[in-house]
Amino acid sequence: MDGTNYRILKKETYSPVTYMLEVEAPDVAKASMPGQFVMVRHNERGERIPLTIADYDREKGSVTIVIQAVGKTTKDMMLLNEGDYILDFIGPLGEASHVSNLGTVIFMGGGLGIAPIYPQLRAFKKAGNRTVSIVGFRNKELVFWEERLKEYSDELIITTNDGSYGEQGLVTDPLKRLLEERKIDLVVAIGPLIMMEACAEATRDFRVKTIVSLNPIMIDGIGMCGNCRVTIDGETKFACIDGPDFDGHIVDFGELRNRQKRFITEEKTAMEQMAV
Amino acid sequence: MAENKKKTIRDVSPYKTPVKEQEPQIRARNFDEVILGYNIEEARLEGSRCLQCKRPLCATGCPVGINIPAFVREIVKGDFKQAYTIITEANLFPSICGRVCPQETQCEAGCVLNKNKYEAVGIGRLERFIGDLALKESWGEFSVSRPKDIKVAIIGSGPSGLACAADLSKAGCEVVIYEALHTVGGVLIYGIPEFRLPKRIVTSEVENLRKLGVKIELNRVIGKIFTIEQLLKEKGFNAAFIGTGAGYPSPLGIPGECLNGVMSANEFLTRVNLMQGYEFPLFDTPSGMGENVVVIGCGNTAMDAARVALRMNPEKVSIIYRRSELESPARREELYHAKEEGVEFNWLTEPVEILDDGNGWVKEIGCVKTRLSEPDESGRKRAVPIENSYFVIKADTVIYALGTEANPIIRKSTAGLRTDKQGYIEVDPNTHMTSIPGVFAGGDIASDIGRFTTVIHAMKAGRKAAKAILDFCR
Repeated sequence: MDGTNYRILKKETYSPVTYMLEVEAPDVAKASMPGQFVMVRHNERGERIPLTIADYDREKGSVTIVIQAVGKTTKDMMLLNEGDYILDFIGPLGEASHVSNLGTVIFMGGGLGIAPIYPQLRAFKKAGNRTVSIVGFRNKELVFWEERLKEYSDELIITTNDGSYGEQGLVTDPLKRLLEERKIDLVVAIGPLIMMEACAEATRDFRVKTIVSLNPIMIDGIGMCGNCRVTIDGETKFACIDGPDFDGHIVDFGELRNRQKRFITEEKTAMEQMAV
Repeated sequence: MAENKKKTIRDVSPYKTPVKEQEPQIRARNFDEVILGYNIEEARLEGSRCLQCKRPLCATGCPVGINIPAFVREIVKGDFKQAYTIITEANLFPSICGRVCPQETQCEAGCVLNKNKYEAVGIGRLERFIGDLALKESWGEFSVSRPKDIKVAIIGSGPSGLACAADLSKAGCEVVIYEALHTVGGVLIYGIPEFRLPKRIVTSEVENLRKLGVKIELNRVIGKIFTIEQLLKEKGFNAAFIGTGAGYPSPLGIPGECLNGVMSANEFLTRVNLMQGYEFPLFDTPSGMGENVVVIGCGNTAMDAARVALRMNPEKVSIIYRRSELESPARREELYHAKEEGVEFNWLTEPVEILDDGNGWVKEIGCVKTRLSEPDESGRKRAVPIENSYFVIKADTVIYALGTEANPIIRKSTAGLRTDKQGYIEVDPNTHMTSIPGVFAGGDIASDIGRFTTVIHAMKAGRKAAKAILDFCR
């Protein structure tokens, strides 16, 4: 049927659980803007999962996603290779990030969030900002996209938990230092909830606006189910159509953390089934 | 039968020919169809109850204008293919509509037998019989006009879009349907459960559209991948029809709404129907429900949610409704089926809060009892909370089915598209044209109908718009 079967043009593996797929999707690429995401269903029995767009190439007609194999679907997808097809690839979805020339912008990336900061970084750099990227990995072996990030970062700071590369520590350490040292106009943080929350907490006292990209569980990704509802400043919003970008200072992270735990039991069942 | 002698009411049975159903205790545990449909003998017997009125009120009661007495006459004669031809002049989807239309308030309400305290002719069952037979026999050649140089984009493959596409393609237009999800059918697929409308029925009747030359593109969210402006200016479409449905679930609006275990009926039905969550872990999407399910609301969607939940074998499924059974907006047949299958009902009960089990999950629903006021200006009785009547109902899953609101994607992405205060698209009631020339809208997203509409009314809007689109493009 038209609109299905998207070919994987390129696959790169960055760690035992992290991989990149560049997917042929010319119409999606043409419409994509920084901050947006796609919904992916890899086969007939698959779930629909949201993945933030990590890059798009309008001329080549491709969209790149970087995935962490943490559940059944993302582990299944890791078995796909170049030349294979993804059944459904829907996007671009969500609101695009507001990009303008603000001054100095810091991009925080952790875990699965390292790649998705790239389109925003590029757009903010092209809009004339001074850009600083701070990305964190567990160790040197897991570092990826250093060259790509460098291209659009005036400064690139890499942290590792064990100190095997770059600075030892968490991404919030250099963030706090920079907030003390100079005037920062915006922080964009994408990564695990705990990391985004820590970034928002670090910037709160400095009153530096901090945009986080929320990635709650979604089914349709187009505002139909309400599974992705998040509380922003006491108001219910849908991450899929109102977000995924929100002001990190007014996100109810506690609630979101709880909602992310909703399917722990089912995820276990699915993984056991997979092991059989 | 003597054709020349006029049949009168004294010649027919006061009762409908019964239709076979799965036994309640059995069907409450499976997803197979509840109603099994007529066979040839039953259909002809039921058809023969029709008095062939000179001025048939059944046909005027049909939103899409099917020539009902004519197709029923063909059934009695045994020319089922001709019956199919007559139906499909007005409606390409008899197997769908025969199942989901509220015939009791439409065609069958007008039946002369009904007016005489007899049971109406089972028009819905007959329509379904013909539709199903046509699918089985692979009928499906339709007369199509000479190709016109008109290209129309249909946004959404729900009932309004399908009906609009059918009429336009029959009129010789080039039609492309853009569907946001990965399956064709809109609410017919994600909303209405398998046991009321099997997916294969929707897929097969939609296949007839493709035989007519309609192109369907899945996974295209218009307003995101292409804007309506792009469709008209860059993609060469002469007109566009927006039939995206309302879709956005109305919130529950009480504390505890974001606890785990609380979800909209849209979410639950999408998980189970569209994603086949009832087959988890064979299919990857879990249903998200537990053992003690409470559905809030009492419309048709609430009935669907409750009956779907029941089929997943939980300990208990109950419904909370703040008014009484009499005010329930659900079809009587749905209410009856739900009761028969074992759904429990708590009438005159209003939820006020959802209580946490201490780990972020639902434990109980705090409720108050209500009494009904005198009807207000809208003619509806309000539910008034009774003081000091607070009590709790245990639940580990709460599904709220409180209607839907306008989905904002098209509105936000289409400059100049006028919408009302609630975000529904304003249309001319006669032509269904929006504030943008060449852009039409119908079904739940259009302001002329608003909420709580039916499949067949959406189809009617799609047909009206198709006619207006032809006029516009001429």
